[in-house]
Amino acid sequence: MSTEQSRTTGKVTGIIANLVIVQADGPFAQNEICYIVHQGVRLMAEVIKALGDQAYVQVFESTRGLQPGSSVEFTGHMLEATLGPGLLSRNYDGLMNDLDTMTGVFLRRGEYTSTIDLKKKWSFQPIAKAGDRVVAGDWLGEVDENGIAHRIMVPFTLQGRFTVKNVAASGEYLPDETMATLLDDHNRETTVTMIQRWPVKKAVKAYRNKPRPFKLLETGVRIIDTLNPMVEGGTGFIPGPFGSGKTVMQQAISKQAEADIVIMAACGERANEVVELFTEFPELDDPWTGRKLMERTTIIANTSNMPVAAREASVYCAMTIAEYYRSMGHKVLMLADSTSRWAQALREMSNRMEELPGPDAFPMDLPAIVSNFYARAGFVYLNNGKTGSITFIGTVSPAGGNLKEPVTESTKKAARCFYALSQQRADSKRYPAIDPIDSYSKYLEYPELQKTLAEAISPEWVDKVNRLKNILLRGKEASEQINILGDDSVSVDYHLTFWKSEVVDAVLLQQDAFDKTDARTPLSRQRYMVDKIMEVVDAPFEFDSFEEVQPFYKRIIDKLRQMNYSEFESEQFAQNETDLKEIVAERTKEL
Amino acid sequence: METKALQRIYTKIGQITKATCTVKATGVGYEELALVDGRPAQVVKIVGDNVTLQIFSGTEGIRTNAEVIFSGKPPTLKVGDELAGRFFNAYGEPIDGGPQVEGEEREIGGPSVNPVRRKQPSELIATGIAGIDLNNTLVTGQKIPFFADPDQPFNQVMAMVALRAEADKIILGGMGLSNDDYLFFKDIFENAGALHRIISFVNTTEDPPVERLLVPDMALTAAEYFAVDKNEKVLVLLTDMTLYADALSIVSNRMDQIPSKDSMPGSLYSDLAKLYEKAVQFEEGGSITIIAVTTLSGGDITHAIPDNTGYITEGQLFLRRDTEIGKVVVDPFRSLSRLKQLVIGKKTRADHPQVMNAAVRLYADAANARTKLENGFDLTEYDQRTLEFAKEYSDRLLAIDVNIGTTDMLDTTWELFAKNFAPEEVAVKREFVEKYWK
Repeated sequence: MSTEQSRTTGKVTGIIANLVIVQADGPFAQNEICYIVHQGVRLMAEVIKALGDQAYVQVFESTRGLQPGSSVEFTGHMLEATLGPGLLSRNYDGLMNDLDTMTGVFLRRGEYTSTIDLKKKWSFQPIAKAGDRVVAGDWLGEVDENGIAHRIMVPFTLQGRFTVKNVAASGEYLPDETMATLLDDHNRETTVTMIQRWPVKKAVKAYRNKPRPFKLLETGVRIIDTLNPMVEGGTGFIPGPFGSGKTVMQQAISKQAEADIVIMAACGERANEVVELFTEFPELDDPWTGRKLMERTTIIANTSNMPVAAREASVYCAMTIAEYYRSMGHKVLMLADSTSRWAQALREMSNRMEELPGPDAFPMDLPAIVSNFYARAGFVYLNNGKTGSITFIGTVSPAGGNLKEPVTESTKKAARCFYALSQQRADSKRYPAIDPIDSYSKYLEYPELQKTLAEAISPEWVDKVNRLKNILLRGKEASEQINILGDDSVSVDYHLTFWKSEVVDAVLLQQDAFDKTDARTPLSRQRYMVDKIMEVVDAPFEFDSFEEVQPFYKRIIDKLRQMNYSEFESEQFAQNETDLKEIVAERTKEL
Repeated sequence: METKALQRIYTKIGQITKATCTVKATGVGYEELALVDGRPAQVVKIVGDNVTLQIFSGTEGIRTNAEVIFSGKPPTLKVGDELAGRFFNAYGEPIDGGPQVEGEEREIGGPSVNPVRRKQPSELIATGIAGIDLNNTLVTGQKIPFFADPDQPFNQVMAMVALRAEADKIILGGMGLSNDDYLFFKDIFENAGALHRIISFVNTTEDPPVERLLVPDMALTAAEYFAVDKNEKVLVLLTDMTLYADALSIVSNRMDQIPSKDSMPGSLYSDLAKLYEKAVQFEEGGSITIIAVTTLSGGDITHAIPDNTGYITEGQLFLRRDTEIGKVVVDPFRSLSRLKQLVIGKKTRADHPQVMNAAVRLYADAANARTKLENGFDLTEYDQRTLEFAKEYSDRLLAIDVNIGTTDMLDTTWELFAKNFAPEEVAVKREFVEKYWK
């Protein structure tokens, strides 16, 4: 933008919480980053409004003690993420400062640490060669990052076509060494290191095209995989009142999903939950590779007591890291808990700027901000024909558990999967508390996905899933009728319909996230259990009175649950299956 | 706060509202404390040389030529071991007739703990109350409120929990506490012989409401001193956080901010989180555990105050009067301790998680049976048994007057299972049934 000499500076003239008014002595840009110098400490801030030569900036730190007259230095660039090898297994704050290299127990204001360890050497292998024609995002070489191929790419910021002049030979290099030299059409040289920077609020578009997603992303959570499948490159959101299990749900997905890379943005949530990730992820195995979970994970933590202004930055930084790894051809899963906190941070600032408020005092452009963000996910074909994806799942914390509030409504328009957590199910300890009737996956209607499901599981799979949904719906209707009319005023069939849905509920929907075996159900096992459930549901049982129905089905459910708790195809599993067969036989009509 | 030499004094007040005044001044820092006509005030807005001050006790009678003296620093507390056993007001000044505390002066509302320097909480807090220990186990470093209607005995239960919890220090932050309740806490701590490990910061209903905004930060600054500097286990009691939030809304209203849900400021979530997130377990053994009270109006938890609180805290405890047994119980449906998973079945017997869930499930069946009964339907034989179970479960385990160990709680639950149900109705893993079914 501008050279060192001509950078704009300014002076603080007003302070209202973390909104600071700066009198600038030159031009500055919307969203430009500046530093306020307060008693020798540099406080990072972002321009959010320009009024004449006054810059309204939001400070990413506490403004306590700040005085008018403090000097301000503008940087000439927007908020940028530093991208390079070594992002994985790191814990960052919302501005991508490495939390582990910070000093002291408490976060010191104005302490910024390097995103990337510049002293660590990486073993480089070239991919491109001299003379190759390349554009932004093309792979020049790769290094091994925790067993994951980390491609060194043509920086996303470079525009136009380039010719590779040379690429470094195989060997050990530091991240900031020159790895390649590129020539543009006028023979001007550009050097490329392992590190590049990207303004986080812009989407990385260094790919050829973005088709509709068509591949299932296995999570091991039955109510998702079987009934409301998530896809590679899909979007989903989990709204739910507090205590309904949003975070447990997200953590289960992050541990089990079939992803190469997991980026977790803890946005305005509890610090102890992040500590749980810090503690467990280095110990837990990735079920897909056997390596430690932490090796494929980056955590961005802006917990609820960390600066509010960095909430927004935290989700954008996380998405930018996700896009970076997608461009390397990886399957990335990004999770944000919770996007409501980000929306609230926008509301706080909009309020301080005295903007006219939209619904519930949120800014008017909230729906646009949310949908633009979700649109950055997706399955892509890269320029070299390889594929990559970002699957994005956000949680929403609706005020008062009311799904008609602005954040939930805006998100519902943007995300294709809706996993509604229900207070009622949580209260009766039916976990995961995803409401089977209200929730949906739009992807199940995609012919592209139906085709891959038919090939990967079985041709009748989608029909079975729809039948299961129907059983649940009819069961709900039957239970309402029974509650209105009384147990003995309805025919026995109502009780049968209800208890069939209870079988599906207890065995398929409910899953114990804290049990080693039950927590993750691979797809093949889900298919097996669905067939088992279908057998029971289709069996022509006969009952003389409604009073016989409940005890009988309770026994069936008990056996099926014991199967869920047993290791798949183990002796114990087989024993329970045999027991189940006997119970079923007791009541099966003689044909 | 005393007037000292070299302090900057201004007398040009431009604007006075109900809670704030604006004075022309320079060299003033954001959040700095000041005295306006002798009343404590804090800088809340600076635009050019117009400095807006929030006067804690209100602006009644403030003259346009009143003296404004800036202290040059944000609110602070002098910390030291002498804090123990003392009672203070919202400014950290003694109200028990004792001497001023000498010690290091620390800014209140200081920075957050770096999350990577926290330790995962893993130490159980035993209270003897089965409604808590069995179903909603508490852990050091946790933050959890009682959600209660104003007429419920939450302060009593909280005091009981605090005294049984084996904490090195108990810090009471009383906001809008009635004088009677203040004396109740004083008496119960004195009678338990625990006064030497208790520190109280109290704003009573007789004090100006806005003052109470300082109370939690005072209490938590003292807590951080003992937890970080002394590696002690500190329990902080905050009552009543609803009155704290009300004070926030008064201030934001007088500052002409656009209110969000329920007339609360849009920053309510962050304001509350900043306090509750001070709960922490440190590597070196020190910890801060926060037990708070959020009073509800008519049991409505969708109101912005309990709602935002619920998203911040690690669970919540509900009290309910069980008419069947005529006692107050800890409601097993609506109460939740999020951190219990870290200790149950690990620090307690392995069957704990399953037994807990099974009992609550059966208790839920009993609630359904009761609904049926109220609607005039016949009960099945199973329904009858669940009702039998629920009554005894409520009386022997959920009631707040229970005081037994966790293993006894589990054994009692197994006894009630065996008395009323067949093993497959209870649906607990077979290995446990074989071991504990009586």
